[in-house]
Formats: sequence, C-alpha cells, structure tokens
Amino acid sequence: MIFHHLILRVVTKLLVGTIILFALYVQFHGDFSPGGGFQAGVIMAVAFILYGIVFSLEAAKKVFPEWLVHKLSALGVLIYAGTGIVTMILGYDFLDYDAFSPLHPTHGQHWGLLIIEFGVGVTVTGVMVAIYYAFAGRPPCISDEEW
Amino acid sequence: MGKFFELQFLTGHIHYLLFIVLMMTGLFIVVDKTNLVKKIIGLNIFQVSVFMFYVSIGKVTDGTAPIFPMDSNYHVDQAAMQTILYSNPLPHVLILTAIVVGIATTSLGLALIVRIRESFNTIDEEDILQIEQKMTRDDNQKYKYLLRDML
Amino acid sequence: MANIAHVAEHTARDLIDHLPLLQVLVPFCTAPVIVLFGSRRFAWPLAFISSVISLVISVMLMMIVREGGYISYTLGGWAPPLGIEYRIDATNAFVLMLISTIGTLVLPFAYTSIKNEIRNRDHTLLYACWMLCFTGLLGMVATGDAFNVFVFLEISSLSTYVLVAQGASKDRRALTAAYDYLIMGTIGATFFVIGLGMLYMATGTLNLADLADRIANQGANRTVRSGFAFVIVGMGLKVAIFPLHLWLPKAYTFAPSAVTVFLSATATKAALYVVMRFVFSVYNPDFSFAKNTLEIIFLPLAIIAMFSASFVAVFQVNMKKMLAYSSIAQVGYMLLGIAILNEAGLTASLLHMFNHGFAKALLFMGAGVLVLKTGGSFYLQISGMGRKMPITSGAIVIGGLSLIGVPGTAGFLSKWLLVQAALERSADNSLFLVVALSIVLSSLLAVVYVWRIFEVLFLREADVLIPSSEAPIMMLIPMWILAGSCVWFGFSTDLLYDVANQAALNLLEGSMGMSGSILNLGMN
Repeated sequence: MIFHHLILRVVTKLLVGTIILFALYVQFHGDFSPGGGFQAGVIMAVAFILYGIVFSLEAAKKVFPEWLVHKLSALGVLIYAGTGIVTMILGYDFLDYDAFSPLHPTHGQHWGLLIIEFGVGVTVTGVMVAIYYAFAGRPPCISDEEW
Repeated sequence: MGKFFELQFLTGHIHYLLFIVLMMTGLFIVVDKTNLVKKIIGLNIFQVSVFMFYVSIGKVTDGTAPIFPMDSNYHVDQAAMQTILYSNPLPHVLILTAIVVGIATTSLGLALIVRIRESFNTIDEEDILQIEQKMTRDDNQKYKYLLRDML
Repeated sequence: MANIAHVAEHTARDLIDHLPLLQVLVPFCTAPVIVLFGSRRFAWPLAFISSVISLVISVMLMMIVREGGYISYTLGGWAPPLGIEYRIDATNAFVLMLISTIGTLVLPFAYTSIKNEIRNRDHTLLYACWMLCFTGLLGMVATGDAFNVFVFLEISSLSTYVLVAQGASKDRRALTAAYDYLIMGTIGATFFVIGLGMLYMATGTLNLADLADRIANQGANRTVRSGFAFVIVGMGLKVAIFPLHLWLPKAYTFAPSAVTVFLSATATKAALYVVMRFVFSVYNPDFSFAKNTLEIIFLPLAIIAMFSASFVAVFQVNMKKMLAYSSIAQVGYMLLGIAILNEAGLTASLLHMFNHGFAKALLFMGAGVLVLKTGGSFYLQISGMGRKMPITSGAIVIGGLSLIGVPGTAGFLSKWLLVQAALERSADNSLFLVVALSIVLSSLLAVVYVWRIFEVLFLREADVLIPSSEAPIMMLIPMWILAGSCVWFGFSTDLLYDVANQAALNLLEGSMGMSGSILNLGMN
C-alpha cells in the first residue's frame, strides 16, 4: 500500500464520484445543453484514469478489469449499430429514429439520439481507459534520470 | 500582386494566413525532427491547423452559437428563430469526427513508438535507419549469391 | 425540426432496399462482435461468414446497376444533399465486387498463414482489425459523401497500420514500416481533408453529386483548383502514385503475408477509385486544369513509375519486396489509363485494377505459402521449391504470366486495351505513340522480374532439409480459384469488359454521370 500523498488520495476519493456524476449529466443532458457521448465518455474515463494514477494501476484494474474495458468498447459500437439495425427492422432507413415513434417523430429522434449517444459514451470510456491501461501497463524502459 | 499587400486584404484573411503558418510549422516538424515522438507532435500540430481552418470557415459574420432558442417549456421558440443569425455548425461537426480520428492516430503512433523503443532500443530516426540499413546489408550478404549468378 | 422533413407518407423498406448499406454494415458489425466473443475459435468463422455475405451483396448490387443508372440510399432519413448518401453505380459496384471477392478469397488463405506467423493471443483482435479494414475500404467506395470518404479512409488506414505492425513478431522492421506508413498516410488523409474544406468553402456542400453539379455551374476558381490539388495529392499518397510511393515497399515486405495479399489487392485500388471519382465525376475533365493535371503530371509520373519501379524490382533478392515494387509499377499502368483520357483508356484502367488485383493477390499468396514452408521469401530460401510443390508453383506461374500480360491471361486484355487507347489518342497527338511503346517496353521489364521467380523456383537446387509437400488445401483452393479466373477472364473477355466499359462510361460522363436514372430496388 502507498502511504504518502495523503491529500491527493483523499481528494481523489472525493472527486471520483463527482466526476462520474458529471459524466452522466453530460451524457444524458446532451440534447439540451452542450455535451454528448464523446465528452461524457472522456469525462467518465478521466475518473478511472485519475484513480489509476493516484492509487496505482493494479487498483484501477481491480475496479475496472481489462477484459471488461475491451468488451465495453466493442459493446458501445454494437449499441450504436444495433439502433440502426432496429430502425431497419422497423422498416425505416438505417438510423432513422422516426421509426421509434412514427406518430411523433420528434420523440423518436429524442429516444434514438439518447440510445446512440449512450453507445458512443460506452465506447469512448472503454477506448480511453484501454489506451491508458495499454501505455501505463508497459514496464518502464526509460529510467527517470534519462529524460 | 498589389492586392495582396493591402492591409484590409491581410486582416480579412488573417485566419487563412495563420492556418498556413501553423500547418507549415507542423509539416516542418514532421520532416525535420528525427525524434519519433516529436514527429507525432508535429503531425498533431499539422492536424490541429486543419481543424482550425474548418472551424474558421464555419464562422458567419455576427453569427452566434447554433443552438435552438428554447422557451420555458423546452420548446423551440419559433419567433426568436427567425431573428437569430447562426454560425454554420456543419464544419464543427465534421471536425469533431476528425478530432477523434486524430486521437486514434496519435495513440496508435505512440503505441508504435513504444514497441519500436522496445525492439530497437532507440527512438531516434537516424539510429533506427542505421540499424535497418545494417539489417538489410546483412540480409543481402546472406542471400546474395543468387544476384551475382543472375548478372 | 425533424417532423417538417417527414410530412410525406412513409413506405416501409425491405431488405433489398438496404443492400448498399448492408454492404458496409455487415463487416462493420462483425468487428465488435468478434471482440465481444473474444474467442479465437469464433474469430475466423465470423470474419469469413461476413465476407461471404458482403460478396453476395456486392454481386447483387452489380447485377442491378450493370446496365447503367444508380441506387441511392439515404442514412437517417435525411434527404441527400444534406444527409449522408450511399450511391452505387456501375463504377462503385465494380470496385466493391473486386474488394469483397479478394476479401473472401484471402481469408481461407489467411487462416493457416496467420496461425503460422502471428502469436495466438493476437488472433482475435487481428481479425477484428481485418474486418474494420475491409469495412473502411468498402465504405470508401460505396459512399456518396465526400467527408464520409475521409472517415472510411481513416478507418481502413488505422486498421492497416495495426495489421502491418503485426509483422513485428517475425521481423522488427515491420514496426518502423507501420510507423512510416502512419506518418505518410496521416499527412495524405489530412491533405485530403484540406481539399474537402476548400471545396466546401467554394460550394457549400459535401455530397459528391451535388459538388459535381455546383462546380459545373459556377466554373472553376482558385479555391476549387487548390482543393483539387490537395485532394489528388492526399489520395495519391494512398494510391502510391510514383513519387508518393515510399511507404509501400517496406509496408508490403514486412507485413504478415496474408495482410500483404489483402492490402496489395484492395487498398490502393479503393484509393484509386476515389481519385477517379474526383477527377472525372466531381471535377469534369473538361475543366482545363483537370485535363492539364492529367496530361502534364499524371502521364509522365505514370510512365516513370512503370519503368523505374519495374527496374528496381528486377534487382530485388526478396520475392515479397520484388512484388511490392511491381505493384508501384502496375499502379503506373492504371494511372496511365486515366491520363490517356478516353473511353478505352479508362476501361483498360478499371480492368487492370481488377486483373492486377487478382494476379498480385495470387503471387503474394504464393509468397505466403513459400514463407510458410521455408521461413522466408528470399530467393535463396525459396530456390527449387517449384519442384517440391508443383501444384502451388503452377498457380504462381499463372499469376506471373498474367502480371506480364501474356496472351491467354487476363493481364493481356487490359494491357492490350491500354495500348489501343494510347494508339487511339496518337491520331491527334503523336506523343502518344511513345506512350504506347513505353507500355510494351515496360512489360519487357516485367518479363525479366517474373522470369527470376520462375528461374528460382524451377531451375535451382532445393534445400534438401525442406520436405516436399504441397501447401495446405485451405491455401491451395483460393490460389487456384484466382489462377483459374486469371485464365478464364483471359479467354472469356466479354463479361468483365462490358462491366468495366459501363463503369468507364459512367465516369466519362463527368458530373452528368452522377445524375443518371435512379433505380428502384423494390422492383427487382
């Protein structure tokens, strides 16, 4: 266990929850205010990356295991494409969200956008954390002095 | 030619000029630097200059952010819509995609550099080139007799 | 908002309406499914099934559009000039068919080859990347939206860099090859985006057909011209037009054999299609600057490529590297067909795209088999293997003959047409006699470098330690299908010629070619 950096650890523990909450806000409020899947996904990933930086990579991998990261990044793409496939099955064009509510196309657009943005968010979270794991997980081959 | 040096022309096209300066800076870094990481940074500057170029062409004089005016019930305020002048949001949307592509390129490039560093033990292009030339020479040495036979 | 755009009564779409999209969507969805399953056992079968499906779709599309006209598919229900549109006409369908045929044929070959050359734990992600690359190439060709071309270009490029870097488990130079390709490819793609930005500034649209109309209406100005230059240079990097080819030999030499087969036969072709689309459909060659570019820049570069790359290929000692240089030379022929700027030339160019794709895939497969058997593709390592594996080497011989353009093989047809096209132009410009002559002369160089393979394979003593056994059946079948079609298309020329000719006519109509009649899919 690490015993130094007490302030950092306390602040991180406080922040992680808030960051995730903010990510969810940006995710699901994206149609009324600036935001959406890309931004939310990155913010969500920041929570895990911050946790990993302060509490070591192993701790982060315990919370968010590597296999889950990979599956999530694939799952998000499938949510996005799956939405399109559902609209196709309903007899509309690919990603024509009117299919979800033909009588009130505006509502259909809302729902469709929420779903695909959720897919984007999941993928971006997964990919960002995967990039962090991939780089941080490499054994350091340059010592600090060499830089 | 004379037109180019008019002040008004220059200030009116200042964003193009800055775009070209930034673009050439990036491209120069890619070509000039031998350090692989610096090349990636140069590539980033090059790409970002293009993003800025796109964003700047979306600007409409006196245009505001392209967000629908809402009334208190979260409905589009049709009256306000008629009077507001918007900037063109399409280039921004396109560039959002290009930024994501840029991130992917950067991280892939850096990942490749990590692997190169692990197997070549250097990230300097000159050194890598020397190692590779030696490898090619060794290959040719090892497999050359056929070439001589042919000629 | 949305409800304004949808006042019209909605008619339900059925499966056949979705064909243009499914062409891209099926391989695209396969990639995440492979990752989600995460099992090596499922990866290959899934990839193969989706390749077969996309081959079937591309053949169906070809059947619909081969008489002319086009299919338009709108995404998200937004009408074309604003929304993204997939637009399939004879030209796309031809290239789509080439890509999906090669993609399907390479996978059975790849199964054994990749098992041999790459660590087991990387297989799942490798096939996912493979499918993404496949998607990107198909999407680049299928789409009718300029920015969409860029997005698909980057999807295919990024996965290509990963695929090339996989060769690192055999030779570490694969890493630097991938890195160089990444730098150059990104610069190329960014140039392409700058060009699109300029086009968007000048016209306010990104739909290819709409762009064509607006440029035709407003005429050329400086922005449109510099946009043209950026687009051509950017895509030229991907096509490996002569001075922009530097990434190619290294990437093809050090990539895993199966990846090289796939890339050599498809990647440059898809990019070349985009160049054709921009030169002929978006910018009409009637514009003097487009015509000048073709005749003053493309033509000399194509001829230089044909000679210099062939000449370099003669002196290689590594079969894969030799074939890579030969690819640059062959791109020269295709470019020449474009630059000759008549119907026969363009038909020849499209046909050569197809024939070279088949022949080069076959030869790289041969190299892959030899790598599997002997551990390398240097001439010294593979010498005498022709006698130890006659069935495999027979296919290599046919591929080599088609590459030279010997009568009776498919390669002859396209080169013959190319010479004819040049002679046709020589009536008004005697300089084209030199062009026709140079096609014949550079083919002689091809004879030299292909002869070296034959000589190495059949006239040399083999290493006694290597057992004489044929390639596995999974590799032999795709090789002989390719070899068979090289011969078959050499004799039965009409089928391919008609399709290529229709595609060329479509392109030559310029911006008009994109506004032909819409085909209603439901009727078919």
